[in-house]
Amino acid sequence: MDKNSAWITFPDLLIWLPLVAGLVSFMLRKDRQVKAWALFISTLTLVVSAFSLYYAKNIPFNSAPWTWMPGLGAGYTIALDGLGRILTFLTALSFPLIFVATYKNTYTNSNNFYGLMLLTQAGLMGVFCTMDALAFYFFWELALIPAYFLCSRWGGEKRIASTFKFFIYTFVGSLIMLVGIIYLYLQTPPVYGSTGMIVSQHSFSIASFYSLHLAPAQQQWLFWLFFIAFAIKMPIFPLHSWQPDTYEQSPTATTMVLSGVMVKMGVFGLLRWLLPIFPAAVMKFDNIVILLSVAGMLYASMIAYRQDDLKRLVAYSSIAHMGLMCAAVFSSGQIGLQGVMIQLFSHGINIIGLWIVIDAIETQTGVRKISELGGLAHKAPVLTIMLVVIALANIALPLTNGFTGEFMMFSGLFSFNKWFAAVAGLSIILAAVYMLKMIQRVCYGEANALTSAIKDIGFNRQLALGIIVVFIFVLGIYPQPVFDLAKETVTAIVTKLK
Amino acid sequence: MSNVLQISWWIPLLPLLGFLVIGLGRNRLPKQLSGVLGCGTVFLSFLLSVYVFVSVKGGNTHVAHYFNFIKIESLKIGFDLQLDQLSSIFLLIITGVGFLIHVYSTSYMHEELPAAFAKYFAYLNLFIFSMLLLVMGANYVIMFIGWEGVGLCSYLLIGYWFKNTNYNNAARKAFIMNRIGDLGFLLAVFWLITKMGTVDFHEVFANVSKLSVKDITGITLLLFVGAMGKSAQIPLYTWLPDAMAGPTPVSALIHAATMVTAGIYMIARSNILYTMAPVSQGVVAVVGLATAILAATIALKQNDIKKVLAYSTVSQLGYMFLGLGVGAYTGAVFHVMTHAFFKALLFLGAGSVIHAMSGEQDMRNMGGLKKQMGITHITVLLGCLAIAGMPPFSGFFSKDEILGAAFAKNPLLWGIGVLGAMMTAFYMFRLYAMTFLGKFRGTAEQEHHLHESPAAMTIPLILLAMLAVVGGWIGIPEQLMKGGHRLEAFLQPVFAQSDAITVRNEPAQSTAFMLMIVSVTLALLTLIFAWRKFSRYVKKDREETGLGKILANKWYVDEIYDAVIVKPFGIMAKYFNDVVEKKGIDGFVNGVGKAVNYSSRQVRLLQSGQVGVYVLLMVIGILVLFIVQLFL
Repeated sequence: MDKNSAWITFPDLLIWLPLVAGLVSFMLRKDRQVKAWALFISTLTLVVSAFSLYYAKNIPFNSAPWTWMPGLGAGYTIALDGLGRILTFLTALSFPLIFVATYKNTYTNSNNFYGLMLLTQAGLMGVFCTMDALAFYFFWELALIPAYFLCSRWGGEKRIASTFKFFIYTFVGSLIMLVGIIYLYLQTPPVYGSTGMIVSQHSFSIASFYSLHLAPAQQQWLFWLFFIAFAIKMPIFPLHSWQPDTYEQSPTATTMVLSGVMVKMGVFGLLRWLLPIFPAAVMKFDNIVILLSVAGMLYASMIAYRQDDLKRLVAYSSIAHMGLMCAAVFSSGQIGLQGVMIQLFSHGINIIGLWIVIDAIETQTGVRKISELGGLAHKAPVLTIMLVVIALANIALPLTNGFTGEFMMFSGLFSFNKWFAAVAGLSIILAAVYMLKMIQRVCYGEANALTSAIKDIGFNRQLALGIIVVFIFVLGIYPQPVFDLAKETVTAIVTKLK
Repeated sequence: MSNVLQISWWIPLLPLLGFLVIGLGRNRLPKQLSGVLGCGTVFLSFLLSVYVFVSVKGGNTHVAHYFNFIKIESLKIGFDLQLDQLSSIFLLIITGVGFLIHVYSTSYMHEELPAAFAKYFAYLNLFIFSMLLLVMGANYVIMFIGWEGVGLCSYLLIGYWFKNTNYNNAARKAFIMNRIGDLGFLLAVFWLITKMGTVDFHEVFANVSKLSVKDITGITLLLFVGAMGKSAQIPLYTWLPDAMAGPTPVSALIHAATMVTAGIYMIARSNILYTMAPVSQGVVAVVGLATAILAATIALKQNDIKKVLAYSTVSQLGYMFLGLGVGAYTGAVFHVMTHAFFKALLFLGAGSVIHAMSGEQDMRNMGGLKKQMGITHITVLLGCLAIAGMPPFSGFFSKDEILGAAFAKNPLLWGIGVLGAMMTAFYMFRLYAMTFLGKFRGTAEQEHHLHESPAAMTIPLILLAMLAVVGGWIGIPEQLMKGGHRLEAFLQPVFAQSDAITVRNEPAQSTAFMLMIVSVTLALLTLIFAWRKFSRYVKKDREETGLGKILANKWYVDEIYDAVIVKPFGIMAKYFNDVVEKKGIDGFVNGVGKAVNYSSRQVRLLQSGQVGVYVLLMVIGILVLFIVQLFL
C-alpha cells in the first residue's frame, strides 16, 4: 500500500484525538468524569505520539491527501518530520503531566475548562504537523483562542487586564503574519491537476512556499512580518511584556501549557517557515536578531533577580532561555540548531516542573512571595529535592537535559561570533545567581509560621515530577536519540541557508 | 579491551552507586550502614585505583569509549574515560585520602540524625564520583561534567546545615564564583570545537600545531579562568575561606585535598597547550605567585583555626600555579600530592581540636591542648613541619622543586616565593603554638570536656601523618640522590610532548643546593620565631591597628567586590525592573492601549447627530479627494 494513501496517519490521530475529545468534554457534566476523560485521552495521545517517534513515516511535504479548499490551493496536508515529532511528543507528554499534577485542583465548569485545554492541545498539534500555510494559520489561532478563554475565565484577580494584553499582543502578531502569508501565497505559481488543467491560481502548500524565489528586497520586509509574530510568541525582548502578567494571572494548568508548549510555536515558526523561506533576509538580519536576543537574555536575567513572585521569576527566566534559543536559531549552524532541538523539549518539561512545584507551594500556603516563604527543606524534603533538581537543570548543570541543549547552543553561537557567546554566557552565571537565591529563600533557613504547617507533596505531584526528573537525567546523559531524530530537519534548514 | 579498561568504569561507578543507595534509602538506612556503604564504595574504588596505578606504570595509556554523548556531523564527543600516569596519581589521592576522610567522618558526624547523616555520606560519595569523572574524562566535556559536579557537591556540603543563613550564603558564593570560572572553561571548549572540531585530549594535543599562537593563547587563558574559579586564585579566591562553613571533614576533602586541585590537574593535562603559549604561562605564574603571597599575608592575622588553613590552602595552590607557569609540571603535581597529605591531615587535626573544644574555632580561646590531645598534637606538628617545607618532610621536596624551577625562570620569582614560604612557616607555627602550647584560654566548661578523639578520627590522622612525612621521598631531587626523582620518571609520558620543545636551563647543582639551604634556613628561623612568640600568647582585647587590621580584614577584598560588583549589579537590576521594564517597555505597551482608547473616545464625539455637521464634513472630504485627484 502506498504510504500516502493510508487513510489515517499518526499526525491525524494526534490532531483529531484531542479535538474530538475536547468537543465531547463540553457535554460531560460530572467533574470526575471530565477529569478522567481528559486524562485518559491525553494519555492515549501520548501513547500514539510515543509510537510515532519510531514508526511514523516521513511524508513528503508536497503530498496533499485531502484538499481542503481546492479552488484556493489550500490543503489539509500533515506530516511529521523530526522537529514535528519532538514538538508533538512534548505536547503529548505535557498534557497528561499537567492533568495529573493538577488533578486535585478544582474549577467551576470543569467540563469547559478541560474541553478548552484539549482544544488547545489539538491546535498545538496542528501547528507542529501542518504543511500548509493557511492551515498553519488556522491551527495557530485554534491554539491561541481557547487559551484566551482559559485565562480570562479561570485566571487570577487581574485576569481581564492581562488576558486583554495577551490577546491584543498575540493577535496583532498573528494578523501581521497573515498579511505575510497572503502576500507569499500570491507569489506562488498555479497548481495543475492530473489532467493538466489549472486547479487553482496559487497554493498555500509549504512546498510551493519553499520553492519561491523572492528577491532580497522582498524577503527583507516579509522577514519582519513573520519575525515579529514569532518574536511576540517566544517572546523576544522588547516584545515580552505580555508574558509575566499572563503567566502570573492564568490558572496554573494553562500557564504550564503556555510556557511549556505554546512559546515553542515561536521557535517552531522560525525553523519551519522563516529560515527556509527567507534565507537571504536571515543572512542579512542575523546580527540584529542575535543582538536583540542576547540583550534580552541579560535583561530578563537581571529582572528575574529582582522578582519576589515565584511565577514572575520563572517567567523572566523563561524569557532569558527563549532568547538563547532564538540566538542559536539565527547562528544557523548544525550544532547550534541541534541544541535548539533538544532544548525545545527540555525547556518545556523543566518549566512545567517548576510550575508544579510553585503550584504545590501556593495551594498549601496561599502565597507565592519568596520573601514570605522559607525553610521548606525541613518540612517538605521531597518537594525540595524535586525543586533543586529541576532548578539545576534550568541552570544547565551537566548531566541534566538543560546542559546538553545550552552547551550546543552556546557552541553554535560561539562559532557565529565569539563575543556574542561570551556576553550571552554571562546569563549562565546570572541564572545561577537568581535560581540559587530563590532556592535559598524558599527552601533553606528556618521555617516560619506560614511554612511550618506545610506538608510534603502527594502522590500525583510526585508522579508528575518524577517523570520529569527521569527525562532530565536521561536526556542529560544520553541525548543522542534526539539529535538523530532531528538530523534531517536540521540538515535541510542548514542547506537552505547555505 | 584490556583488563584495566574492563574494571576502570567501576572506579567512578561505585561511589555513584553509593550515592544512589544512601541517598534514596536515607530515611530507612541505619547510620552504621550509611557509613559502611559510604566508606566501602570509596575503598573499593581505591583498590581498583591501585590496580590501575600498577598497570600504567610501564607508560601505558588506556582510553575506553562507552557511548557517544554528542555526535553531530564531524563533532564527536564520547563518554570516554582515560587512564594514564597523571590520572592514576589523582585517582590514588582522591580515593585514598577520600577514604580516610570518609572514615573520619563516621565519627565526626555521629551526632547527626540518621537521615542527615545519610545525606552527608550521599553527598560525599557524589563528590568522589564527580572528582573521579573529572580526572578520568578523556575529553574536555567529560572533564567539565566532573568539573561542575564537584562545584555542585561543594555547594551542597557547604550548605549542609541549611538552617543557617550564613552557611547558605557561603554555599551560594562558592557556586557562583565557580560558575564565573566555568564560563571561561566553557568558552575555551567552544573555541576548541570551532577551531579543531574536537575536544578529545588525544586529538587536540596531537594536532596542536594546527592552531595559531593567538588561538592557543586565548584558549589557555580561558581555561585558566576556569582554574581560577575552581582552584581559588586571584581574583576568584574569596569563596574558599567562606567555604569553611561546611563540616570540617568536607573542608579537608573538598576545600583542601582534592577539588581545589582540579585546576592544577586541568592545566597539567593541557600542558602542551600552555607550553606553546608563553604569554599564558607568564599569566599563570604571576597570578599564582601573587595569590600565594596575598593569601599568606591574610593568614598571618586570622584567629579562626579553619580560616588560617583555608588561606594557607589558597596560598599553596598559588605555589602550584607558579610551578605550572614556569613549566615545572611534575613539581606542581608533586605538590598537589604532598599538599593533599599534609593539608588533609591539618584540617582533620583542626577538626579533632574543634571537636574537643565543643565547636570552638577561635585559636585565642585554645592553648595547651597538647596535654589532653597527644595524637592530634603530634600529627598536627608533623603536618606543620611538612607544610613549612622542613626537610625531610614531604612539603620540602615539592616546594623546593617549584622554587628551583622558578629560579631558573627568573630569580625574582624565587625570591618572592621564598618570602611566601617564610610567611607559611610563620602562620603555621603561630597556629600550632596558639593551639597546643602555652596555657588553656577557653572556658572552664570547655576545659572540662577536653578529650582526645576516638580511633575512627585518630587513625586517619596517623596514616596521613605518615604520608605527610614520607610522601615526598618519591621525588627526591637528582642533586641529593641519583635516580631519586621517581615521580618525574613515572609522569614522563604525560609531559613528554612539552619536554620535547622546552629548553631546560636548570640551575647548576651547586646553585640548586645553595638555594635549598637558603630557603630552608630562612623558613626555619621564622618557624622558631613564631614558636617562641606564640607559645607565650596571652589573650588581648585590643583591636588590631594599621596593617594588622587590614590583614585581619583580608585586605577588604570582599568589601571591594561588594561595592564594585554586587551593589552596582543590584542597583542596575532594580533600575531595569522598576524603570525600564515597568515604566519603559510595559508603560509603552499600555500607553498604546490608552492612546487607542483615548482617540476612539475623541473620534466618537464627531458623531454628534447634527446633519449640518455631517454635510460639512462630507463636502470637505469630497474637496480633499478632488484636490488629491487633481495633483497626482
